[in-house]
Amino acid sequence: MASVTATAPASTPFSRYLAKKKVQRAYTWNEMKKHKTLYLFLAPYAILFTVFVVAPVGVSIFFSFTYFNVLEPPRFIGFQNYLNLFLADDVFLIAIRNTLILALITGPVGYIFAFLFAWFINELPRYLRAFVTLVFYAPTIAGAAFLIWSLIFSGDAFGYLNAFLMQFGIINEPVLWLSNPQFMMPVIIVVVLWMSLGAGFLAFIAGLSTIDESLYEAGLMDGVKNRWQELWFITLPNMQGMLMFGAVMAIMASFAVGEVTQGLAGFPSTDYAVHTVVNHLVDYGAIRFEMGYASAIATILFLAMIYTKSLVGKFIMKIGR
Amino acid sequence: MAIATRKGNFGVQKTRKKRNMAVLRPNRSRSGDVFIWFMLAVFGFFFAFPLIFAINNAFKPLNELFLFPPRLFVINPTLNNLQDLFIIMSRSWVTFSRYVFNTVFITAAGTIGHLLVASMGAYAVSKYEFPGSKFFFNLVIITLMFSGFVTAIPNFLVLAGLGWIDTYWAVIIPHFAFPMGFFLMKQFIDTVPQSLIESAKIDGAKEWLIYSRIVLPLIKPAMLTGMIFSVQALWNNPQANLIYTEQLKTLPFALSQIVGSPHTPNIARAGVGAAVTLVMMVVPITLFIVAQSNILKTMANSGIKE
Repeated sequence: MASVTATAPASTPFSRYLAKKKVQRAYTWNEMKKHKTLYLFLAPYAILFTVFVVAPVGVSIFFSFTYFNVLEPPRFIGFQNYLNLFLADDVFLIAIRNTLILALITGPVGYIFAFLFAWFINELPRYLRAFVTLVFYAPTIAGAAFLIWSLIFSGDAFGYLNAFLMQFGIINEPVLWLSNPQFMMPVIIVVVLWMSLGAGFLAFIAGLSTIDESLYEAGLMDGVKNRWQELWFITLPNMQGMLMFGAVMAIMASFAVGEVTQGLAGFPSTDYAVHTVVNHLVDYGAIRFEMGYASAIATILFLAMIYTKSLVGKFIMKIGR
Repeated sequence: MAIATRKGNFGVQKTRKKRNMAVLRPNRSRSGDVFIWFMLAVFGFFFAFPLIFAINNAFKPLNELFLFPPRLFVINPTLNNLQDLFIIMSRSWVTFSRYVFNTVFITAAGTIGHLLVASMGAYAVSKYEFPGSKFFFNLVIITLMFSGFVTAIPNFLVLAGLGWIDTYWAVIIPHFAFPMGFFLMKQFIDTVPQSLIESAKIDGAKEWLIYSRIVLPLIKPAMLTGMIFSVQALWNNPQANLIYTEQLKTLPFALSQIVGSPHTPNIARAGVGAAVTLVMMVVPITLFIVAQSNILKTMANSGIKE
């Protein structure tokens, strides 16, 4: 190092840095020119993706620092929206609590269920496997069919569950499953679990069927005693990619619960018992048109998701070690 | 062509053939098998029951819908509910066929455009490394997690600025950027062997030719899977906040108007409501049944590397 500085006195660390940057930039530019057809291939998707997916997140973060009601131009108010959310908005704190309860229960439980079912199904004969896959996955794709639960949990004596429980003498009068705050959260959790196996479930099924058979044979030689050891030491470490994909899907589904609570418990729900962050967001964004405030809610939700993903990612990398 | 003979010969491993697990895996306990069958039966019932209930309800006459105690299975099946649905829809101000056309058009146009645009981009990102390609793909992975709620407000403003609000385009064009389809296609194209593409290049094929003649025919399972996810997203979405004109509205929206919300249920139309539920879930579920094996082939490549 010393000899370099001696022979070229003008070469300070900074100028060397600049020179290196210049070379790098020229290289990058050459690479870009070489691949210009590929940019044309990517351009339609990249442009649409930027305009409709990436930019909106940036814009949303920007709006979260403003007061914006669509009619007047946005006015910068710093962190006021965030301060209001956490210090002055009781309903938001309820919404955060509910969303966390939902995410902490339906996220991990739904995720583990999805994996266990996929794992159970994996050893079934082929046609039975296709059928069972359909049974478990159908609720996810049936869309608004979750509203059928409103008949099951209906608060009058004709509600399926009420009628059933009354017939067997477990209860004497109908229970208001969807408007008594005592029961609303468990009911919503059941419904969300029912419909949230999601794309992760399919990824698990597919992932399990691609694990190399010879690994299991090697495991047998090494003395893997039962299927649970096999699961932990061979199966799980070999499908970390799928596990990560499933986690991303589960985080999205569990943090974004909103449609179900609105559909089953109404909006707003009794005592805000199942009011979620998404319900709060829709309230301010689509009903009150306080876009700045709604954007702040969206930003918080977004950060919570990203943070959870990185936490879960670290955990998954430790599996089987 | 030499390529044709090699088709289907790459990457994706064949699903395991049926065989006797007990012989293959001596480390399986009988009690474990019983436990697994028991769990599958219990949870299978929990998952299937509401949908069986929904299907049966659609064929129940009115007196059975309000039977006490309610029954799961229909006693005297009737098509009256479906008939009533069509009668109501044919008398509506905007005809039923118009709603169907709107939904089918939006779903078809959005899906075709999405598949084309996303497969082209996915090909470029998957088979070549150029400045920005890795970064772009990581961005797509992060956005897999976004729900529409986070981007809804700015999206509305952009669409309003473009003057697309209250047209089909407001729903169709943003859907082209659906991240899930791009992600799955990129992962699937990764399994197409590089040597196929290089040999085509040596024969003088240009990028477009390689994409359209070699890559596209090879990624049919991924295309089909992308189609299913895309149809699901578009079919079930009422899009009520982007389209106001009654003539342009979609089927889910129109049907939700008939049924009423669970808190203001339309008792007289309980039967029709059940028929609506059936109609809405038939399409995505049928598509899934048809495409299941292709979907699983595609999902075998869905792993995310951290």
